[in-house]
Amino acid sequence: MSERMAIVGLGYADIRSCTPGISYKELMYEAATRAYDDAGINPRKQVDSFISVSEDFWEGTSIFDEYVPDQLGAALRPVHTVCGDGLQALSCAAMLIETGQAQIVAVEGHSKHSDMCTPHHIHQLAFDPIYHRPLGAHPQHLAGLEMARFLHESENTREHCGLVVQKNRRNALKNPRSVYGSDLSLQDILDAEPTFTPMGVLDAAQPADGAFVVVVAAERRAKALSTHPVWIRGYGWCTETPAVDSRSWGEAAYARLAAHQAYRMAKITAPARELDFAEVDDSFSYKELQHLEALDICPQGAAGAWLQAGITQTGGEFPVNVSGGSLGVGYFLEASGLMRLTEAVLQLRGQAGAVQLPAVRRGLVQSWRNLPTTTGCVVILERADGRE
Amino acid sequence: MTVNIKQWPGTALATRDLEQGHVLTVKYKPRAEYAWDAGVAIARYLEELKAGRLIARSCKQCDRILIPPRMFCEECFRPTDSWVYVEDTGTVNTFSICHVRWDVVRLDQPQLPAVIHVDGASPGMGILHLLGEVAPEEVYIGMKVKAVWEEASRRQGSITDIRHWKPWKEE
Repeated sequence: MSERMAIVGLGYADIRSCTPGISYKELMYEAATRAYDDAGINPRKQVDSFISVSEDFWEGTSIFDEYVPDQLGAALRPVHTVCGDGLQALSCAAMLIETGQAQIVAVEGHSKHSDMCTPHHIHQLAFDPIYHRPLGAHPQHLAGLEMARFLHESENTREHCGLVVQKNRRNALKNPRSVYGSDLSLQDILDAEPTFTPMGVLDAAQPADGAFVVVVAAERRAKALSTHPVWIRGYGWCTETPAVDSRSWGEAAYARLAAHQAYRMAKITAPARELDFAEVDDSFSYKELQHLEALDICPQGAAGAWLQAGITQTGGEFPVNVSGGSLGVGYFLEASGLMRLTEAVLQLRGQAGAVQLPAVRRGLVQSWRNLPTTTGCVVILERADGRE
Repeated sequence: MTVNIKQWPGTALATRDLEQGHVLTVKYKPRAEYAWDAGVAIARYLEELKAGRLIARSCKQCDRILIPPRMFCEECFRPTDSWVYVEDTGTVNTFSICHVRWDVVRLDQPQLPAVIHVDGASPGMGILHLLGEVAPEEVYIGMKVKAVWEEASRRQGSITDIRHWKPWKEE
């Protein structure tokens, strides 16, 4: 990276299963207010550029990007929207800083999932209208297909996937920034209503409302603004083919390539040794295992065994989704990556509360844009007093 | 080059080919249904419309009265301070004579959307609504207008609780 940069402000609001009575604008305003206060800046004067993530169909308003400036302090300022995951917007913020266009950038993502009355029907609109929609399958059937192939190709088992659900929902019990904390037995999970076999109803993350805002600053500003800047050491993003007929179903190729980009930037060659923890996408139970392997954190086919051996548990050698992940915290549409980023930044600041890990210095955050996409992002973060 | 081609190859597609299924067609009716939370500010605004009143929020830092109301000031980026009732009269800031409706139906009686600066709110603060009881050629920028409310029993907490705005002379 040509320019060093850090996350200097963090704000989140209303992480709940639904948020009746407040509008998405009021939700975003609350998170933004907290983030600017955390960074100690006035957005009207000190933020050079604003980026929001949203998808028109989730919002129910087309050309939604025009609706974001006021509640972010971005009226009559440079602002744009990324129709993608929050970490794609973070990458845009990093590029604005690297190119010298901006020194301070605010990135926002939100979920007002509870505004949707027919979320599965809306999700269905993401499928090819000629080839796939007429088949009439529920959008989550793709997860069933992917899970089946992943388990077929690897040493991982249905039980391993169940253990992911158990771990993450238990982790969330300790995290106040979560919705779905629960102490389930493995049997509860395996016996749950089958939905898209081999997947059961508990293998899918449930939606939540909430808003997340982060403030990114170039090095010279970051040091003055924050006593605990969290440095962005690398970032990458990648999309595989959208073709459901020919994508790689067994492995998450997008995550592998996004990680290569981020690792190259951060000069990481042995991820499991050089990183201390990870917050990775677990929108479906098997995804956590598939992603850990794609990220080269554990050997191919070994993610389930690592979990069983306790390595990815909170007290293990390489904790994964200590926050509870999407299975425990919730699924926040395009803001999901920013939820994971928030948790990782809190860890590196030592502000994660009851889910705080001891002595963590470097962490990885990975996002996936959920079904039917093959888009993923990876960000490497480092604590202020970490290796230069 | 194309000028020299007198007869294009191929068979033209006619509407009947689509209607009679001679070519592949896909019909799909989206069920995209939402129940948006209006939020604190707009919910109160709509409630007040039902009661036949216009309400705004004030920001004491920039000393503005904002309508439609919002819980934060986009200029100062701080919470707004209090609720303020404003008048149901105002001034036409801009208007258009629309001969075509949203669904492209031509209109005998043109529709007259206008931005109305509301009396009692800050300069530049207004609402987009419709003008009525006025001939299109008589509308002008700067014209004073007054809200014509729907009958109280028929109001439903919607922007259509005001039927339209009509020309008005200050007494």
